[in-house]
Amino acid sequence: MPFKRYVEIGRVALVNYGKDYGKLVVIVDVIDQNRALVDAPDMVRGQMNFKRLTLTDITIDIPRVPKKKTLIEAMEKADVKTKWENSSWGRKLIVQKRRASLNDFDRFKLMLAKIKRAGVVRQELAKLKKENSS
Amino acid sequence: MAAKRKTPVKSRNPDLIRGVGKYSRSKMYHKRGLWAIKAKHGGVFPRHDPQPKAPTAAEKPPKFYPADDVKKPLLNKRKPKPTKLRTSITPGTVLILLAGRFMGKRVVFLKQLFSGLLLVTGPFKINGVPLRRVNQSYVIATSTKVDISGVNVDKFDDKYFAKEVEKKKKKGKGEFFEAEKEDKKKLPEDKKEDQKAVDASLIKSIEGVPDLKAYLAARFSLKSGMKPHELAF
Repeated sequence: MPFKRYVEIGRVALVNYGKDYGKLVVIVDVIDQNRALVDAPDMVRGQMNFKRLTLTDITIDIPRVPKKKTLIEAMEKADVKTKWENSSWGRKLIVQKRRASLNDFDRFKLMLAKIKRAGVVRQELAKLKKENSS
Repeated sequence: MAAKRKTPVKSRNPDLIRGVGKYSRSKMYHKRGLWAIKAKHGGVFPRHDPQPKAPTAAEKPPKFYPADDVKKPLLNKRKPKPTKLRTSITPGTVLILLAGRFMGKRVVFLKQLFSGLLLVTGPFKINGVPLRRVNQSYVIATSTKVDISGVNVDKFDDKYFAKEVEKKKKKGKGEFFEAEKEDKKKLPEDKKEDQKAVDASLIKSIEGVPDLKAYLAARFSLKSGMKPHELAF
């Protein structure tokens, strides 16, 4: 099983620990065996340990340590945001965030919707069973 | 006392630094106009004789001297501060009651009373919670708000909820063995009318929001996997 995602300049990674938890950042340079220089459109460029990053499938085409403007343009060109939001990983995170932010009333409405859906499914199942058995 | 000025005068001698005034004694004598007062009274500063004091009642020697020294309790001038209402609780907020007979019920907040307790109503027709007082600490405020503009809660205060004082009945031997009083005291009709009046417009605005009526009728409970510190209310 060879590696599929490599640490390279332009690799988009997800921060999984610390102050910027959950943010998508771009590896902009490698400092040493353990640390990378990392940048994102809404944060100050800084170093991060690789242990804090989880690599994604997305890469963008940038020179080593680009200016902020070039970085933002390259991210727009590669359409990182939509690629991320359409990936299954990105969609899962969005759903998790939505579920965590649900109001007590929202949770109630969700419960009603689940019951309704289960009722419809059960009706269909009963119909199919009846057809099968007859 | 001489007549007081309408507005008290700020000191005519501004401080250069703390403890040192700008003007000397002689300059201040002139500024205060003491020379003019003296001139008006023929070179002498006017003196008023002390007014005769009202005769004080003669103090009687105390009847009782305690054997040991009795300590006087320390003076306590503390005044309790008014209870701060959590910013998440505004009129119309749906609250979850956490303790008491209506534990878990979702309830509409009306206003904070003078004692600091929260005035709350079910509405009664929806979940059986009447107009009631509730302590802020036993309540979770959700972010769901109900439109409360049609409700008039001015007549409710802490006195409205005071327990009724019963007249004491004289104890007779025979009465101990009989059933003493009726078990439940009936709710007076005017309180029922108040409840209906408050709930009428509330229920209309609640029915305007889909599922809100069922939401208020249901009780809140923690299910498996729900972590209260991670839930958003």
